[in-house]
Amino acid sequence: MASYIIRRILIGIPTILALVVFSYLLIVVAPGSPFAGERPLPPDVLANIEARYGLDRPLAEQIASYVWRIVMDFDFGPSFAYQDRTVTDIVLQGFPVTLTYGFLAFLVSVLVGVTLGIVAAIRKNTWLDYLAVGISIGAQALPNFVMAPILVLVFTLWLGVLPGGGWQGGQLPYLVMPVIALSTSFMASIARITRSSMLEVLNADFILTARAMGLGFGRIIFSHALKPAMLPVVSYLGPTFVGMITGSVVIDMYFSTGGIGQFFVNAAINRDYPLIMGITILTGCLTVTFNLVVDVLYAWIDPRIRY
Amino acid sequence: MIFSVQARVDTASKVDPSDGRSLWQDSRTRFLRNHAAIGSAVLLLLICLYALLAPVASGWSGEAIDWNVLGDVQSKGRPSMETGHLFGTDELGRDIFVRTAMGTRVSLMVGVFGALVAVIVGTFYGAVSGYIGGVTDSVMMRIVDILMSIPFMFVLILLLMVFGRSVILLFVGIGLVSWLDMARIVRGQTLSLKQAEFVEHAVVTGISPLMIIGRHIIPNLLGVVVVYATLLVPNMILYESFISFLGLGVQEPNTSLGALINSGASQMQYGTLWQIGFPLFFFISTLLGFFFVGDGLRDALDPRDDQ
Repeated sequence: MASYIIRRILIGIPTILALVVFSYLLIVVAPGSPFAGERPLPPDVLANIEARYGLDRPLAEQIASYVWRIVMDFDFGPSFAYQDRTVTDIVLQGFPVTLTYGFLAFLVSVLVGVTLGIVAAIRKNTWLDYLAVGISIGAQALPNFVMAPILVLVFTLWLGVLPGGGWQGGQLPYLVMPVIALSTSFMASIARITRSSMLEVLNADFILTARAMGLGFGRIIFSHALKPAMLPVVSYLGPTFVGMITGSVVIDMYFSTGGIGQFFVNAAINRDYPLIMGITILTGCLTVTFNLVVDVLYAWIDPRIRY
Repeated sequence: MIFSVQARVDTASKVDPSDGRSLWQDSRTRFLRNHAAIGSAVLLLLICLYALLAPVASGWSGEAIDWNVLGDVQSKGRPSMETGHLFGTDELGRDIFVRTAMGTRVSLMVGVFGALVAVIVGTFYGAVSGYIGGVTDSVMMRIVDILMSIPFMFVLILLLMVFGRSVILLFVGIGLVSWLDMARIVRGQTLSLKQAEFVEHAVVTGISPLMIIGRHIIPNLLGVVVVYATLLVPNMILYESFISFLGLGVQEPNTSLGALINSGASQMQYGTLWQIGFPLFFFISTLLGFFFVGDGLRDALDPRDDQ
């Protein structure tokens, strides 16, 4: 197991490096400069600015020193658009917000989804099953950017019980809608996956054996069926996590929560290259780390996998 | 003996007894018996007809501004037969009936075209990787693993910023980031096809590997590919709408369902709910339609006894 974890980490490092190099190259070939304003700058002024940001050195050297500064000092350089602020500064402000509601949404989608799926599977072909399947099919067509306006319409404009946006240090009323909007479609997918894999497991011979031995229903479900039935769910956790990170862009824009998503879109519009790269690289690192955890979890749950 | 067989064939189907039943015929019967899938296929057809014909049928164009309505969209811009605005107008006095059709058309095009790119790239990549095997295979699959753990929406937004926003780039970009699952599925299928006798025969006769992949492997993959392509289309539509919701995708005066939902959401507080309602209805119907047809195709082509 230890060697497997080490191998997985060794795969993760080139992944992140590839991401860094790719996004750096992309930005280098990009037409238009962040310093191109309405009036063209005199060439010597432009050269001075470029030297200030190290843009006059060879490409490989630029990338190497960029990576070096990130690894050694967690320094992503200055932001082009937000003057006087460093990317590190902005990222440290935005990430805690995103991670707070993202983590909650992740928890909600897994817990509600798995519960719904199990209930549907053990009450197969009853009204409860149809209800759960109905919810999960319907909710699949309700991605975050559809849920967000619907929630605001109902809870802010009609009922007037929840604030339509803002963060306020993450107080509960400000958290409810972002978490629901972000989790709905993933909750639905997890419920569907859980249901079908639970049904498959419940048809397996070892469950029949457990029944024949007279084990109680709850015991069969929770100590025998649950673990193998969770395997497909575990492999869906990676995509769910990526979905939470990506969805945060919509949540931040729509609810003005002040997370990284908002900075990302603004940076994209302002061509604020260091900020875009910083956010892309950090989300990449998070995703790679999370996938690593999921793989290890998978190997731990599934006794057939030996590394 | 003969009589009983004859009788069973007669009652079982109207197929000419001498023909027997092929796997495809079996699949077709199963698909036609799936009411949800058939209903969805009809629904999708109707949506396509609407998207194509609405701009012709309506007296308004998607860009023309109805000056009578402007300034009092809340009351005069309502959906009504008299003004000819069946779905009402947006805050600029443009006809929602036609604009929703335009948006649906763009979304459907992105969906189909993106899925096509994903299918072509993914099938070829997966087939080559699986057929050649060995070191090539593991390197190619590692690359897929690496690409999979990158948060793609960020890279796609990056691409759109660098190369300018255009529908074509959006098509290609979404397609190019979506071939990874396809490549994995196709590779798995190729691995088992490689063992088939007709492939061995082709190898023995000295046909080149590329020819074998093109003439013998890929045609046999088509069933799986078609099913996953149908399930890819709604995902493409989701991606595109996500990007357009953020205002980074399709640009005015052209529109897409995501952009329409976004502008509808921003006008919600003034009570012009038709502006978000109609695009939302077509968005959700299209997604659900593709989900059901895809599920129906999968069940028809890949029969399993659970469900």
